[in-house]
Amino acid sequence: MPPVLINLAYLVASALFILGLKGMSHPRTAVRGNLMGAAGMLIAVVVTLLDRRIISYEMIIGGLVLGAAIGAILAIRIQMTAMPQMVALLNGFGGGASVLVAGAALVEAQVAGAGFETQMTVATALSALIGGVTFFGSLIAFGKLQDLITGNAVVFPGQHLLSALVALSAVGLAVGLVLRPESMEIYWALVGVAAVLGVLATIGIGGADMPVVISLLNSYSGLAASATGFVLQNNMLIIAGSLVGASGIILTQIMCKAMNRSLANVLFGGLGAAPVAGAKADDVYGGKVKSASPEEIAILLDSARRVVFVPGYGMAVSQAQHAVRALAKLLEDKGAEVIFAVHPVAGRMPGHMNVLLAEADVPYEALLEMDVVNPMFSQTDVSIVIGANDVVNPVARTDPQSPIAGMPILDVDKSRTVVVIKRSLSPGFAGIPNPLFAADNTLMFFSDGQKAVNDLIAAVKEAS
Amino acid sequence: MELLVTTLTIFVLAIFVGFEVITKVPPTLHTPLMSGSNAISGITLVGAVLSSGTQHTTLTTALGFAAVVFATINVVGGFLVTNRMLAMFKRK
Repeated sequence: MPPVLINLAYLVASALFILGLKGMSHPRTAVRGNLMGAAGMLIAVVVTLLDRRIISYEMIIGGLVLGAAIGAILAIRIQMTAMPQMVALLNGFGGGASVLVAGAALVEAQVAGAGFETQMTVATALSALIGGVTFFGSLIAFGKLQDLITGNAVVFPGQHLLSALVALSAVGLAVGLVLRPESMEIYWALVGVAAVLGVLATIGIGGADMPVVISLLNSYSGLAASATGFVLQNNMLIIAGSLVGASGIILTQIMCKAMNRSLANVLFGGLGAAPVAGAKADDVYGGKVKSASPEEIAILLDSARRVVFVPGYGMAVSQAQHAVRALAKLLEDKGAEVIFAVHPVAGRMPGHMNVLLAEADVPYEALLEMDVVNPMFSQTDVSIVIGANDVVNPVARTDPQSPIAGMPILDVDKSRTVVVIKRSLSPGFAGIPNPLFAADNTLMFFSDGQKAVNDLIAAVKEAS
Repeated sequence: MELLVTTLTIFVLAIFVGFEVITKVPPTLHTPLMSGSNAISGITLVGAVLSSGTQHTTLTTALGFAAVVFATINVVGGFLVTNRMLAMFKRK
C-alpha cells in the first residue's frame, strides 16, 4: 500500500480516537464511543500490516495472538472491584511497549548507519525515560493495589535526596544518549535508571492517594506513546498519545482538587506513613460512641423518606455493592427516595464506586456528585456510610491543622441520623480519628460491610 | 527542523483537543475513560508491528515481538474491559 494511503488511513484512525473519547461524555453514547476507538485501532493496525517494508509476518501474528489472548483473559476475568489493579497493569504495558519500540528504532538507525537526527535521539531518550517510569511505576502500583506489597507509603531517610540523584543521573544519561546515539549501552542504562525512578516515585505513595498515581501513570503512558511517535515520525502516535496524556492530566487535577492537595504534596508528602499530630482517638471517642443493632436501624429506615448511601473503598473490599443495591431497592419499594453520594476520591481510582454500583444495577441517575448532594443532606432522614472514612470527616471543615484540612467532604453529619457501617473505630488512610463517629446523631454498626447490609435487609423486612 | 515544527504543532493541537473533549466526561465514567484512553495509548502497537516485521536484525525483531505482545495486551484488554464496564451503566 502506498505511504499516502497509509497516512490517510492513520488520519481516519486519529479522528475515530477523538470521536470515541467524545462519546464518553454521556453513558448513553459511551459504548459506541469505545467501539469507535477500537475501530480506529483496527484500521491503524490493518493498514500497518500492509506496509511494504514488512517482510515477515510470523513474529507479528505470534505476538498479536499471544497479546490478544492475555488481554482478553484479563478483561473477561477481572472483578470490578479489582479494576484499579487492571488499569495500573495496562498503563504499564503501554509504557513498556514504548520503551521497546524506541529501542528497536534506535538499533535500526545504528544498523542503517545513515546518521542520527537530533529530534529522533531526543525523542528516543524521552521514550526510554517516560516509558520506563510508567512501566516500573505501574508494576509497583499494581503490587500495592493487589496487596503483593504494603499498601502504605514506604518512606525512608534520604528518600528525596536519592530520588533527586536518580533523576539527575537520568537527565545525564538522556543527554549522553543524544550526544552518543550509537551507544546502545547508554539507552539501556537510561531505561534502568528510569526503572529505579519509577519505583521510587510510587513506593512512597499510600493507598488512598492511589487515584492520583493511577491518573498520573495514565497520562505518562500517553506521553510515552507520543514520544515514540516523534521517534518514528508518526503523527497518529503523536495525536493518540497526546489525547491520553491530556486525559490523565485532567483526572490527576480533579483528584488533587478533591483532596485539597497539590500534586507535589501527593507525590512527595508520604501521607499515611507517619503518625500525625492532632486529637487523640480516646479524647474524640471516649464514652460518646453509640452502637446500634440492625433492628434499631431498621426502625429508623422504615419511616425514612430520604436515604443517602455513602460508599467508600470498604464497600469494594467486602464486595457489598450487590447487598447495598438490594437494600436500596427494598427501601424504594417502601416509598423512600434513595440516593448514592459519591466522593471524587472514594475508592482507589477515579470513578471506582460508580463502576461497582453500575455492576450491581444501580441506575447512573441515582449516583450524585458531591456538589449536587451536599445541599441535600439537611433534608435527609438517614445517611448510611459504608466503608468510607476520611471523605466524611468533619475535621476537614473545622481544624486547619489537620492533614485533611480544607478537603471537600460529603456533609453527612448534617443529616438527621447517620449510620456508619464499619468493623472498628480504626482510623482511615489519613490516620486521624473521625468525630463523626462520636456525634450525637451518629449510630455505629460494627460489622463487615456485606454482612451488615444483609442483616439490615433482614431487619427491615422483619419490621414491616 | 521544519519537520520538527510540524510534528510539534500536531502534538500541541492534539493536547488542546484532548483537554476540550475530556473535560466534558462526567465523573461517573472516569474509570471507563481511563481504561478506554489507556487502550488508545496502546497505539504504539503500530510501531511495534513495523519493528518486528521489517526484520533488520535479530535484536530489533525480538524487541518488536515483545513490544507487539505488550501493546496488544494493552489494546485488547483495554477496549474489552471498557466495553464490559460500559455495558453495565444503565438508566432507571
